[in-house]
Order: sequence, then C-alpha cells, then structure tokens
Amino acid sequence: MTGTRKRTPKAEPGTVKAVPDTAKATPDTAKAAERAARADDAVAKHHSDLLATMLLIRRFEERCVELYSAAKIRGFVHLYIGEEAVATGIEAALAPEDAVVSTYREHGHALARGVPAASVMAEMYGKSTGCSGGRGGSMHLFDVRRRFYGGNAIVAGGLPLAAGIALAEKLRGSDAVVCCYFGDGAFAEGEFHETANLAALWDLPLLLACENNLYAMGTPLAVEHAQTDLAMRAASYGMPAWAVDGMDVLAVESAARRAVDGIRAGHGPHFLELRTFRYRAHSMYDPDRYRTKTEIEQWRAHDPITALTERMRNAGELDEATYEDLDARAQQEVARAEAAAESAPVEPVGDLLRHIHTEPAEAQP
Amino acid sequence: MGEFRMPALGADMVEGTLTEWLVKPGDVVAKGAVIAVIETSKSDIEVEVFEAGTVTRLLAEPGDVLPVGAPLAVIGEAVESAPVESAPAESAAVQSAEVAAAPAAETVSAATEPPASTVPAAVEAPPPGAGVAPLPVRTEVDASAQATRPAGPPHLEAGPLVRHLAHERGIDLATVHGTGRGGRVTRADVEQLPPPGNGIRIRATPYARRLAAELRVELATVHGTGRDGAIRAADVRGASARRHEEEAVRYPAAHKKAPERRGTDRTPQAAPAPTVTAGRPAQGGASGRRTAAMRRAIAELMSRSKREVPHYYLSTTIDLTAATQWLHRANRDRAPGERLVPAALLLAATARAAREVPELNGFWQEDAFVPADAVHLAVAVSLRGGGLLTPVIHDADRLSPQDLMARLKDLVQRARRGRLRASELSGGTLTVSNLGDQGVESVLGVIHPPQVALAGFGAVVERPWAYDGMLGVRPVVTATLSGDHRATDGAVGARFLTAVDRLLQNPEGLAS
Amino acid sequence: MNNVSNASGVSKQTKLTYREALRAALRDALAADERVFLMGEDVGKYGGAFGVSLGLVEEFGTERVRDTPLSESAFTGMGIGAAIAGLRPIVEIMTVNFSMLALDQILNNAATLRHMSNGQLSVPLVIRMTTGAGRQLAAQHSHSLEGWYAHIPGIRVLAPATLRDARAMLAPALADPDPVIIFEHGSLYNLAGELDGGEGPVDLTSAAVRRSGTDVTLITYGGSLPKTLAAADLLAADGIEAEVIDLRSLRPLDDATIMASVARTHRAVVVDEAWRTGSLAAEITARITEQAFYELDAPVGRVCSAEVPIPYAGHLEEAALPQAAGIAAAAREAVGGHG
Repeated sequence: MTGTRKRTPKAEPGTVKAVPDTAKATPDTAKAAERAARADDAVAKHHSDLLATMLLIRRFEERCVELYSAAKIRGFVHLYIGEEAVATGIEAALAPEDAVVSTYREHGHALARGVPAASVMAEMYGKSTGCSGGRGGSMHLFDVRRRFYGGNAIVAGGLPLAAGIALAEKLRGSDAVVCCYFGDGAFAEGEFHETANLAALWDLPLLLACENNLYAMGTPLAVEHAQTDLAMRAASYGMPAWAVDGMDVLAVESAARRAVDGIRAGHGPHFLELRTFRYRAHSMYDPDRYRTKTEIEQWRAHDPITALTERMRNAGELDEATYEDLDARAQQEVARAEAAAESAPVEPVGDLLRHIHTEPAEAQP
Repeated sequence: MGEFRMPALGADMVEGTLTEWLVKPGDVVAKGAVIAVIETSKSDIEVEVFEAGTVTRLLAEPGDVLPVGAPLAVIGEAVESAPVESAPAESAAVQSAEVAAAPAAETVSAATEPPASTVPAAVEAPPPGAGVAPLPVRTEVDASAQATRPAGPPHLEAGPLVRHLAHERGIDLATVHGTGRGGRVTRADVEQLPPPGNGIRIRATPYARRLAAELRVELATVHGTGRDGAIRAADVRGASARRHEEEAVRYPAAHKKAPERRGTDRTPQAAPAPTVTAGRPAQGGASGRRTAAMRRAIAELMSRSKREVPHYYLSTTIDLTAATQWLHRANRDRAPGERLVPAALLLAATARAAREVPELNGFWQEDAFVPADAVHLAVAVSLRGGGLLTPVIHDADRLSPQDLMARLKDLVQRARRGRLRASELSGGTLTVSNLGDQGVESVLGVIHPPQVALAGFGAVVERPWAYDGMLGVRPVVTATLSGDHRATDGAVGARFLTAVDRLLQNPEGLAS
Repeated sequence: MNNVSNASGVSKQTKLTYREALRAALRDALAADERVFLMGEDVGKYGGAFGVSLGLVEEFGTERVRDTPLSESAFTGMGIGAAIAGLRPIVEIMTVNFSMLALDQILNNAATLRHMSNGQLSVPLVIRMTTGAGRQLAAQHSHSLEGWYAHIPGIRVLAPATLRDARAMLAPALADPDPVIIFEHGSLYNLAGELDGGEGPVDLTSAAVRRSGTDVTLITYGGSLPKTLAAADLLAADGIEAEVIDLRSLRPLDDATIMASVARTHRAVVVDEAWRTGSLAAEITARITEQAFYELDAPVGRVCSAEVPIPYAGHLEEAALPQAAGIAAAAREAVGGHG
C-alpha cells in the first residue's frame, strides 16, 4: 500500500477525489483542464494502487488454500478472501506512524500494511525468515518496524492492547492513531465493552474497526446479538460510530479518513462497522453447514475487486491489459514469496527457548 | 497433467475418507471446482481442484481412506482421450488396490511357512497342511515378526506393567528369558524370578543410604528409629561411631595400620573371609545403646529365621589330605601374596555341590521353593565391631579356586576400604559360614531367609584318621549343613554334604 | 506516611510499615521516570483499596496516577499495550481473585508477545496485586494463586515478605524489560519495623536465608514468612535449629539456595498458603527430590492451606491456614527423634 497520508477531509463515499472544491473545472481554460487531468491521473493512480493491494491479498490467500491443502502450511489458517476492501480501504487512510493491532484473520491486514508477502508466507511455512521467525504462524504475524502489533488469536484480546498503545501515544503527545481490527464475534466479549468505555472515557486515539462478516465462526449475527446494529451500540459509549459497506473499498477509505481525521483532531475513539463477508470457511476448511451456497453467491456478486475494476473501467482508468498486468504482478509476488519460503531455513531447535525473556543483547535502557 | 491429491483439511488431519466423487472421468473441471467430498473427523467437506483440465482417471474409490497427499485423481489437459482412458483408469485403481494388499498377503504366506532361521517359532509351527487353530496362527505371526527383527539384543521388549514390576523387584529385564510373543517378557516371566536381593527390603532414607555407603555401614545391621522403623542418618552415624569405638578398644593396632598379612597364611585362621577391618578411626560418642541397635537388627532377622524356618542339621567330617597336597603343589611356585588357602577349595566344592543339588540353592517364597538360576555364594563375615556382613560371590560355581580366592580377597580388601557395592551385598542364593579362624570345629548356623540352607565349616585340624585299616594323622574339616525343612528333607542335605566331600577328594576337578 | 517522605535518602534507619515502604517505592518510581504511571481501580483519590497509593495522585496528578473503571481485563491489557509502546506502566489489581478477570491478558499477551513476535516486542510492565487470607475476607478475596502465575514462562513473579523487599523490589522490577508480577500479602500491610540496609538495590532472582539453622529447612514466602519465623522460635525452644528460607522470587525459583540448605539440614518443610494440590509447594518438593534426593533424611513435609474455599468465620479461617504451631509440628515430624 502506498502508506502516504492524505488529509482529504469529508470525501463522499464512493466519490473520493483528491480535488479541492475550489478546483472545479472551468472548461474554457487549458491550464485548468491540464490541472484537472493531473488530478484525474492521481485519482486513477490511487485506484490502481487500491486494486493492486486487493489483488495481492486475493492471490496470496488463494495460494494459501492450495499450499494448505498440500500440507505446506499447517495449523489454523483464516482466510480474508471477500474482505479485501476493508484492510485496503482503512490502510489508505492510515499513515506509517500509525499503529495496527489485528486478529487471527490478518494476512490481509499485514499485506495492506506493507508487511512483505515473502515475510508473511515464510511465517506460515514456519521458517526463520518469517515475520515472527516461525514462532507465530498464520495467526501471529508481527512486524513492529511497520507498527504492526500482531495477529491476536484470542477473540477481542487485541482490544485492550490497542487501547494501551493509544494511551501511550496520547501520553507522549504524538498524533498517531491506533487501528484495532476485530470482528462481530469480539463485540460480544466483555473486553470489547471494557475497552470501548475506557477508550472513550480517556479520549484515546483509537480506531475501532469492526469487521462484521455476519458470522462468529459458525454463529450468525442474529443468534449472538440481541441488537444487531453494532454501530448504534458502539455509539452508546459516547463515540462517533457508523456502518460502512465493507465490500466497497472507496467507501471504506472515505469512512476511515473521516474517522482518522476525527481521532487526530482529538475527538477520541471512533467506531466503524465494516459490513463484509468471507467467502471461505471460518478456518481453512470447515463444513460450512451454517451458510447456504446462495448466500455466498449473493455476496460474491458484490465482490470488492470486481466492483472497483468495473468502476475504473467505466471511468476509463483501466483497460484489460493493465488489469492483466496488475494481476500478473500480484501472482508473481506470491510466487516469489512461496519460492523464498520453500528454500528458507528454519529456526534451529537449539533456539527453542529463545525470546521468552529479554536476552542480554536485546536489553534496552 | 496434474494430480488431484488428498488435501489437508485441518490442523490435525493426517488422512481422509473419500466419500463421493462429484466428477467422472472425462469431465472438464475449472480451477476451484468442487470435485469430491472428503470425510474428516469433523465432517464431510467439499473439496476443490486447483487446476483446470479434464478428469482423466480416478485413482480412489468412495470409501477409500488415504493419507494427506495421496493422489486421488489425474487431471489431464486433453479432453478427447478421456472416455478411452476411463476404462483403464478403473482397472488401474483395482491394480493399485491389489498392490496395496500385497504386503498383507505376504504376511499370510510367511505365516504358513516360517523362515527356517526362526527356530523357536518353527518348532511350534504346525506341519504344513495342519488345521489352522488360533494358537498356531499367533505363533506364526510371531515368526514373521521375528524374521524381520534386526539382529541385536534378542529382546528388551516388555510392556510398562512388566517394566514396572521388574524395576520394583530390581530385576534387569535384559537377563530375563521372555516367553511371550516374539520373545516379549511377560508378567509371569518376571514374577516367577526370585528377587535379586535377599528379599528383605530395608527402609532407609536416601541420605541414610548414601551415608551408610560412605561410612561403610551395613544397613541390615542398623536399627532404624524413624517412622515405621526407617533408618535415618542419625542411626547410620550411630552405628558407625559405635563400631569405631569398639574397634579402638578391642583392636587398637588396627587403627594404626591395617594388617595386610591376612589371607596369605596357610593356617586355617588365615581364611580371608571372616573379618573385615575398619578403615576409619573412631570419631567418639559410641554408646551401648548403639551397639544394642545393631544387635537388634540381627536379632530381628535371626529371630524371624528361627521362628519361621524349621531347621535341620547334618554334619560330616571330610578328609582334606588330597586337597592339602594339591594346595602344596599349587602354591609351590606362587608368591606368598598369591597362595591359595583351604577356604578357596571349600568354597569351590560348596558352590559346585549347590549346582548338583539345586534344591538347596534358592529361596522359600510364598509357601514354595523357587530355585535360583545361578549359584551366588554369600560368605558370612563377622565384623570386629560386631554384626555380620555377607558379601556375595556371584556365579561361584563357575569360578576356579584361584578365581574364588582372588574374588574373596578383593571383596575383603574393598570391604576394608568401604568400597563394596550394594550389588555385592545382595543376591546370595546360599550362605557359607566359616568359623575355622575362631577355633571351632563345627558350625550349626542359622539360615538367612529367604535362602533355604547354610553351609558351615570349622577349622581345618589334624586328627587321627582311620583309612584302609590303618590309623594316621590327617587334616580334616567338619562340614555342616543347616537346612530349611519346609524346602528339603534330610536326604537332600545329605546328598549335598556327600557331594562336597567327593568334590574335595578330587581337587584337580575343582581346579579345571 | 510519616517518615517516608524522604525515602530516597540512603541507608537511614527508618521506622515504617510495609504499606509505607511500598508507597515510598512507588513515589520514587514516579519521580524518577516520566514513562512510569500507576493505573488501577481507586488508586487515585481513594488512595488504593489498601491505602498503598494514598497521596500519590495529589503529588503526581491524574495522568500519572489513573483511576480505572472496574475493567480488569481492559486496564491490564492497556498496561501491556502501553508497555510495548514504550511506557513503564504499573498496574494495580485489587486482589489476586480479581486478577482472574485479567488472566487472559496476562497469560495470552503479556507472557507471550515477546515469543510470538520473535523478540520484536518487549513488555516492561509491572503488575501489583494483593494476595492471601487472614483478614476474614472470605472465599472471594482471600486466595493465594501466586502458584498459577509462577506456572507461566515469560513472566517474573515476586513476593516481597519484608519491609526491605517491599521498599526495594519495585525499581528493578520496572527496569526489567519483561513483565513482572508483585504479590503483596494482605496481612503484611501493617507490618512495621525499621528499614535496615537502606533503599539500595536488591536482586530479583535469589532466595534469602532469613534465619540460619542446622536441623531442618523451612521454605516459605510472602505472608507465611512471619509465621514460619515464629515456628522457628518454637522449635528453638525444643533445641531444634530451623533454617528459614524466604523464596522472594516465585518464578524463577532459586534452586541453588534451597538445595544448599537442604544439603546442610537434610530435612525440608515447605510452607505455602496456597492449596497443596498442584501448588508451588508441590513444585519445590519435586525439585528437592530431583536435585537433593540423596541429602534427604526424611520425607519433604508440606504445610499448606486446607483444601477449602477460605471461610469467613475467624476460627475456621485460622484452622484453614498454615499457622506457626502446625509448621513447628511438621518440622518436628521431619526431624523425628532428634539427637
């Protein structure tokens, strides 16, 4: 992802244009037309970046299915296919100095953050070149240099952690925002409510990004929540909260910018309910008895990559060859990541007990 | 062409069952198409193919249980050949099933015809064509198992219960003959063995045991004052201090210099076994109470023996002329330190007699006699400070008098230095008590349970002896036997003493 | 509060309580490092449920001494988050029983983040909590669950039992780049005495011999130390010289000090206010049999709490807990017919 922060306030969902209102085209001046063309180019480039990120996540996850089936990757693996617009759109609104705390369905979050695909893939191979040295696996990707504070595999377990980082940012006087991803399942946990209350109470710079994919593992939203309007409930903690179409990357980006701007302006935590859907099972494979094929097909019809592609085509921002090129590059990156992971070394067993306590060389003042 | 393989469908999946094919040979499949249903421990899961193409062969049938990674189908690029290939495909599947079954078939044939090399199994195997009964079948399977077992230690196979049992009884499984399948050691194999020790488990704390070894205190002689009579460190220290006190009083010289002449004299008193000198000066603080404690331990064992074991006693006087002459010859060229004494021949004769009369060599356990599988002579040694030590010469019946002599000297010397190992104080199958050095002529000893006999020898003395109608002076020794009447009757004891006599008349035979 | 406002002075003989010693340590820590802050339920105006932080919010303000809602999991997790983001939080959990609500954060995050991240993350967090019985607080405020925490690799567990350790353990705990849990036994808060040896640094790894003896080793920690020392006095009257070891650190355990003592006395009794089954006492006993088996002249004895939720009634509570007489009896049993 680009990672450059663009402080474009109040873009309308779906019509993000980094063009100031005052720059409305005056068609009779060539200069203005040129300016507008440049602006249009920038928009097209931005859309292309978003598409590239979503394609990378999609191709990466698809390859994970195959590698898991071939027993190259083991353990629990939770795929993000269908939800790409969420991480991609939110990351577009975050800056590199912002921090991210994630869940166990975090490949997409990590890739969107800029964690190299090779490092994520190697981690799933359990190799020492993985972003957690093979100690974490799919559910525990960490890249502290990119302020990616990990996949947390305890549902809602990352929320207090994220609030604590936000508290540190606030006490230090930085204007960094902490984004915490969690799901509709976590919303039922006490830790969510404790954290929402505390974050609002202390005005912490926290973006609560709730990925509502309608199922807590196999339990539908309506079976686990008495009130299924999650944004409304979050608002009761005294924080701005609204629901967003999580299948529309531009809508997500727009909403995230609005929230991030509010947070940076000192208005405390914001809550986004990102309505989305995972096409695949909860974990790598499950019987998927809790959803119908029809339901999955209906969501596939709103596929975020297809939606953005069509929008770009209609706007003349994308032709077939360019799409093929973007897709090929995504697949090549995944292939390179896989090849590197295949040949990478594993951690020596002699290092089994490392990283339990600080090692002398690591000790910080 | 590619293969569709059994996918890994979960973190713990190692194999899956093909429940259903959703395609047939010839079907064109797209990448991501669901083509089969696999049953895992969780549920039935529809699985997809990762390659577009044509299903050319199905390699597995519904119901097959296959490991992750096993090929299930071949996905080809060509469409046209599919119908043609479908027929061979099915026969290929059948063939591979046959191949898979082949090892099992080989097992069966091995069963009916065990390899000649597996002799024990072959002996038990029925003749070809014999009716197949359940038992032989099992034996045959063993035969094939044995045939494939690599060379090496024959067996150390035993289940955890058996291992525990063996450990509890102090039995080394490597020494046990297994009668179970494939030579496995069974519970019965272990249970029928006599315990390696004298069967009396001494309660002592770990520290007391360590201390006893360091101070060369025989735990059997220590009275425990801990809970349930457990011997504690204080008891061991008391026993040690008491011993040194008494030695200091009775044998002051021994505390200055340990005499080395013992075991080299030719006099009967020179028999090396009877005494063990102390190696450490008394540390003071000995008391009558401690002596009493040591005595109580001996009292307990001996009382038990006399209370429970109905003893009978036999004795015979043996002419040692031949033995003495043989010793003269044998010692002629030996340095004084290497000379043999009569005790070596007496031990040799006793050990071989015990082998000849196995009814006396073993243990009385749970109302039955259990013969020992070897002759381990426990040699009673009276301690100067009081008490008894019975170091054991293992496999004494296989040792020459020279070896017995060396063994005895070694045991006595190491006893002096406190270097006896616990294993050298346990395992005796028959006790020998030689009190010749104390000047007595016959020993009517008390059996050490659970042993069933004790052989005694008095001093070798010159006595008038009638032989072949003539009277002469000859060296003689009185040999006695204390027998446990529950295990044997007097006739058995008599056979034993007769054997000792006969063996001593032919010392060359003992030496060979 | 009296006499401790000047607590940073060195090696003064100062009369104070355990509570005041803890407070002085907190004050020093807050004054010494801007990254340090105290967070917990009623640690501010209220002064802490047990009065440990009384006066600190007035001195350091609400940013540094933060009252939290009753959300143990959230504020403990926030302590972890703030620690990985570079601050040095001190989280106070009112009692160990309440810490069960934060156990997820302590076990699944504080103890694991360093390892899961392959050493990328440090969690320099200190968690303080009250433990133990003896004040008739019944079955939800009285338990000793230190052993549960001592089970977890990745955290250090401390149990200050003396004024000196109460005063001096916090600074090195904060300096530790990894999470540290400090257990303050509720019965010790009013322990008063002179602070010997000043406020100089103490180590966090070694056990301390609080009384030397030759006949039996009594191993204990935290709130059981005074009772064990009292038992040693009883034994001395019988001519039995007991050595008393204060573990101080429950994880890691200082095996060397324990084994050296057992090698001298050959008898050991472990005194642990927790329940016997699966306890720290069980762990220490196992280690002694592993490492000092041939030194043992008696079975290792254990004096633990009765296996019952701690009852309210005074006489029942007393009967449920280790007491000096019972400790002395266990020591006599180990020594047996001494002499």
